[in-house]
Amino acid sequence: MSDAGDHHYTSTGLPSWKIGFWTFIASECLFFGTLISTYMVYRTSSVQGPFPHEVLNIPLTSISTFVLLMSSLAMVLALDGVTRGNRKLAMGWLAAVVVLGLVFLGFQAYEFTHFVHEGLTIQRNLFGSSFFVLTGFHGVHVSVGVIWLTTLLILSARGKLPPEKALSVEIAGLYWHFVDIVWIAIFTLIYLIQ
Amino acid sequence: MASNHESHASVGFYWMIAGILGVITAMEVAIFYIPAIGGALVPTLLLLSIVKFILVVMFFMHLKFDSWWFTGLFLAGLMLAVFMVTALIVLYAYLPRFRT
Amino acid sequence: MSVATPAPHPTGVWSWITTVDHKRIGIMYFVTSIFFLFVGGLEALIIRAQLWKPEQALISAETYSQLFTMHGTTMVFMVVMPMAVAFFNYIVPLQIGARDVAFPRLNALSYWLYLLGSLYMNVSWLWGMAPNAGWTGYANLTSTQFSPGQNVNFWVIGLSILGISSILGGVNFITTIVNLRAPGMKLMHMPLFTWMTLVTSFILVTAMPVIAVALVLLAFDRFFAATFFVPTAGGDPVFWQHLFWIFGHPEVYVLILPSFGVISDVIPAFSRKPLFGYPVVVYAGVLIGFIGWGVWSHHMFASGLGPIADSFFLASTMIIAIPTGVKIFNWLATMWGGSLRLTTAMLFAVGMIAVFTVGGLSGIMHASAPVDLQQHDTYFVVAHLHYVIVGGAMMGLFSGFYYWFPKVTGRMADEGLGKIHFWLAMIGFNLTFFPMHMSGMYGMPRRTWTYAAALNVDIYNQLSTVGGVIFGVSALVWVWVMLKGVRSGAPASPNPWEAPTLEWSIPSPPAHYNCPALPRVRHRDPLWREEDRAAIEAVTLSVPEVEPEMPNSSFWPIVVAAGTSATWMLVMTGRWWAPLIGLAFTAFGVFAWAFEDPFRKKS
Repeated sequence: MSDAGDHHYTSTGLPSWKIGFWTFIASECLFFGTLISTYMVYRTSSVQGPFPHEVLNIPLTSISTFVLLMSSLAMVLALDGVTRGNRKLAMGWLAAVVVLGLVFLGFQAYEFTHFVHEGLTIQRNLFGSSFFVLTGFHGVHVSVGVIWLTTLLILSARGKLPPEKALSVEIAGLYWHFVDIVWIAIFTLIYLIQ
Repeated sequence: MASNHESHASVGFYWMIAGILGVITAMEVAIFYIPAIGGALVPTLLLLSIVKFILVVMFFMHLKFDSWWFTGLFLAGLMLAVFMVTALIVLYAYLPRFRT
Repeated sequence: MSVATPAPHPTGVWSWITTVDHKRIGIMYFVTSIFFLFVGGLEALIIRAQLWKPEQALISAETYSQLFTMHGTTMVFMVVMPMAVAFFNYIVPLQIGARDVAFPRLNALSYWLYLLGSLYMNVSWLWGMAPNAGWTGYANLTSTQFSPGQNVNFWVIGLSILGISSILGGVNFITTIVNLRAPGMKLMHMPLFTWMTLVTSFILVTAMPVIAVALVLLAFDRFFAATFFVPTAGGDPVFWQHLFWIFGHPEVYVLILPSFGVISDVIPAFSRKPLFGYPVVVYAGVLIGFIGWGVWSHHMFASGLGPIADSFFLASTMIIAIPTGVKIFNWLATMWGGSLRLTTAMLFAVGMIAVFTVGGLSGIMHASAPVDLQQHDTYFVVAHLHYVIVGGAMMGLFSGFYYWFPKVTGRMADEGLGKIHFWLAMIGFNLTFFPMHMSGMYGMPRRTWTYAAALNVDIYNQLSTVGGVIFGVSALVWVWVMLKGVRSGAPASPNPWEAPTLEWSIPSPPAHYNCPALPRVRHRDPLWREEDRAAIEAVTLSVPEVEPEMPNSSFWPIVVAAGTSATWMLVMTGRWWAPLIGLAFTAFGVFAWAFEDPFRKKS
């Protein structure tokens, strides 16, 4: 007849958190899509330099791209560790994601500082405006992810991340991978296709 | 209520995907430096990055093995975003307005 | 079998500040939206007074700009949208047989963000610095060069806060409708109002990020000297229009779809006939949601996009009229051969169809790019938009109010007074806005504080002003209906209208846990099938031995709302480190929220 175990009943058998988070990811597609559109629309509109081909450093950015991709690997391995109740693996791989994320942010910080030294600022031209706002928001998302994962790392260290809590790590993973695929789009459209 | 994965992918499988991602990235960078590629550069790079995108979404984000609900929600947002980016590029690059 | 009596629920201001109950949050949304209805209405009446005669100067041109900007912004973002959300909040969980929404604390957060963002934007009035660049904030009027004061800053910041509220709400309702339906209730069994809530939520979740980015770009131009809309740096003001309307057109479907949902429930109930062509009405709604993404540049026919772009958007705009027309036929076919009861709810529903159709016709005229070139920026557009938003969306929400008033308050509203409200509203509304078709055709421009006597549109303006006053009076009657009903209305049974959907199977008002146990639903319109109704009411009208466990109240939503709002507001100081203070406060609230156990037993 009717269901008694109420606040756990779902129509789909899927966790509400996961449905809500994928919906949020759909929303973020539009957010970054608009920022990318802005960059693309203004690609050839800057009235004065520096221009992309003068400052974008492909070899360096390929390394940071690779770092971010590998952090996604670390993320799935961390989830695997949590799911299997292996605290050492979980902590190790969570720490790896955090470190790789920080390395990526380090590359970004270096790049931003270098660009400013070359005379490229938000105020300088449309390339500066659209580049810094797009990659800046991406960097903010990475930073939020790093804080989130550090929190999970601390929880794991305190033994508070058993397999039953794997969903929260999975959700953090979805966030992290999404930030990674946004970077894939950015790397291709902004750096490689000039 | 907690989700149960059916057959969970092995750790080795994830390493393989990561390896492929690394190789594709290396290919993209290499192609970038080959002048002879000419007009094929943009389509090739787009194709390669779409492959990377799909690999991360299907395997790392587990969409291939999860319920269609998640795929539907994600694709709804993604398709609208791709439509918007494309429409704006077309409006700006291919339909120049009358400028004074 | 006895009717469940609600357990005593905490009262007092603190219980409302910390509530996570969708019913209370719905009431807060509703009351707040009524407040802003009067704020926006007052702004409109001052505008109408100024336009009574040509070349008047009751107020300055600057004040006039602030008035029409705030009138539009208030009515769209602080009245119609939140009033619809009030209904989503209260009614949708009841219609699908859920205890609450999927994320109750997130729900509360959305409300507090709405309140704080709205108050913030309006506080600008105190310094005479209200936003003044139109509700569409076109670049580069909004640049610091042409809008050097704080006015536009208030607009950017306030709207950004409201946008976050809507996106989070959209996520919440999508998850709720997808995941918390009662056992056996398939998507195609859901009431139409819930379906339209789902489509609206999708639009919110996808369209609001676009304006969020547009506002970010404008904020960067204004606060950090970026060049996004600065023509001398290569920036394109028309790009703002693209981004705004890529959001803005789906936004108008956000405004109308909830009301379509309301009357899709109301009309069958008062025709004693199921909705004609239910699947078609559902698909039409979904189609409108998607095609709505492909029409935006019909707002830009006068922006020089060129004939190819214009033709494309002309075609797509005409196409989107089709699913809307289909719905209208379905409503009419529902009434045809039905046993009609002209309650106030039904009057507003039928009135809405009539008046919305007028607005749709002027809309079709606008869809033709050459015709639009004459109508653009004239009062003809003002007529169109008010016919669809006020005549369409608002009348639909009035219908929903009278329909669900007994469920929410446990009392019957005064139908006689309701009918006075209806007729005053209809007369006032049409008298206000119909003449604008004329003044628009004769060339009276929008957004200008006065008009030339030589235009000879005085009589139309005077009719509009008189109509506006009548419409304002009708709003006062409406408030009277609310107060009288709550105070002295006759007690309402669970299903005073003998309506078919699930919310009518529980007591009026519902217990704080909604249903004692989750009923099993097998068909659409379950309460119109004797077997289903008996089985459902055996569950929903019973008294539980043990009250179902509900999440605790929480202080963190209002804290996070305050922190988020403060972060945005501190951007206006121009100091880069100020928002970080707000961010720290927000982060603290988020962590406390994340580690709070909503089901911890309180001693």
